[in-house]
Amino acid sequence: MALLKPRRLEYPFTPEQVGSLRAGQFVLVSGLVYTARDRIHKYFFDGGKSPVDLKNAALYHCGPVVIRKDSDWVVRAAGPTTSIREEPYLPRIIKDHGVRVIIGKGSMGKVTEGACKAGGCVYLHAVGGAAQVLAEKVVSVKGLYFGEEFGLAEAMWVLELKDFPAIVAIDSKGHNLLRRVKSASLRMGRKLMKSSDPFIP
Amino acid sequence: MKNHVQWESSLFELIRRTSVDLPCDIEQGLRRACKTEKKSSRARWILEALLENVQKARDNDAPLCQDTGSLIFYFQVPVGFDTNALASATRLAVARATRLGYLRQNTIDSVSGSACATNVAYGAPTFYFEQCARGTVDVRLLMKGGGCENVGKQYSLPAESLGAGRDLEGVRRCVLDAVVSAQGNGCAPGILGVCIGGDRATGYECSKSQFLRKLDDKSPVKILARLEDRLLKESKVLEIGPMGLGGNTALLGLKIGSMSRVPASFFVTVSYMCWAFRRRGAVLTVRGGFKKWLY
Ligand code: SF4
Repeated sequence: MALLKPRRLEYPFTPEQVGSLRAGQFVLVSGLVYTARDRIHKYFFDGGKSPVDLKNAALYHCGPVVIRKDSDWVVRAAGPTTSIREEPYLPRIIKDHGVRVIIGKGSMGKVTEGACKAGGCVYLHAVGGAAQVLAEKVVSVKGLYFGEEFGLAEAMWVLELKDFPAIVAIDSKGHNLLRRVKSASLRMGRKLMKSSDPFIP
Repeated sequence: MKNHVQWESSLFELIRRTSVDLPCDIEQGLRRACKTEKKSSRARWILEALLENVQKARDNDAPLCQDTGSLIFYFQVPVGFDTNALASATRLAVARATRLGYLRQNTIDSVSGSACATNVAYGAPTFYFEQCARGTVDVRLLMKGGGCENVGKQYSLPAESLGAGRDLEGVRRCVLDAVVSAQGNGCAPGILGVCIGGDRATGYECSKSQFLRKLDDKSPVKILARLEDRLLKESKVLEIGPMGLGGNTALLGLKIGSMSRVPASFFVTVSYMCWAFRRRGAVLTVRGGFKKWLY
């Protein structure tokens, strides 16, 4: 698969932009994204109102480490957190708010595939643990919501990104790269176990 | 203990360095892995990003990953050494490292759900002490991330679904199963620590202590060295790759240890440590002065 040429994605994420992405492609995301973790997902799922318009927006599963420097916020670390925890909430949030991009890490299942397909949304896999590299892609902090209610790690940060690298894990047709890798590895695993070459001391 | 300040400062430096500076053997492992992945593949691109992250963390003196994990200290002390005082100096160092941002506030009260400001609480950090006939204090630190901790697994043999009996072939099957079920979810490429035997608690202790071994060492037990080799090779053909997005580097290393067991139990325990393999160690004098790095 040719990967050399990353696709560029820029906020607002239009249905056309997002619809043309395919699982496995490499993308660079620029513009606004909103961080959201467990508390925010639960809140939206329960029907809570969003302080910002999330139509054609991106939710980033991330609890950034942000410090105050004079009157500015500075991001010290901004890697993804495990997305599967939010899976039950996603279909509803994508539908109610028109979210078009989810950024996170780790395996996602049928529920997210269905939600992506129904909502013309994609799930992008960021590089897990690459806190420093990813923090550099945050050019500025544009806002903060729910800081008092949910605490700074669980809050909704409005981040402006520049060329934030990620890989399309689930596209808007519901194709799931992680599932493909998993099925192939399961098959290979079974083959290795069946092999006529057991480990004998 | 005399020289409390000296102790605290040496231990603080150990924590700081562990958090920001990936050990050389692991970095080299990432570099080697990078060369084995196809040019312009996803796997290669991810490994390059990880290597860049390693360099940036070191240059910025900032944590490699924002999940600074749970801290596990392994101390080897001279006979009769005051380990209580050593533990309290360590706790002070942990609190300072948290205050200065080398550790995230990563300790949660499991009942109330509230975060602890200092990372010093019941069970945090974790200590192991061992008395040795020597005149120095050796300290090793693991910072074990949560994402990779979640993908660890323990098997009780025989395990019918895997066709795993109570022999080394059974162990091999458990490990293969653990790698497949982990996929990339522990931030692959990772390192596996495996314990054959022990009980439910000591099995995990022993599997984690395998992470103290250097990446390129071999088990001194010949047959286990052979099993390590074979499983590492087999992990590549599973095509899980970095982050579970495909490629041949699901693991950078695989270490197997063993413990005795009771006749009725046969556990195989697998711990997973992510690519952000934070492990450092130092030899200190009995007064807390720094002598040399162990890794
Ligand atoms: S598994 Fe490791 S690299 Fe991944 S987020 Fe956790 S600590 Fe960081």
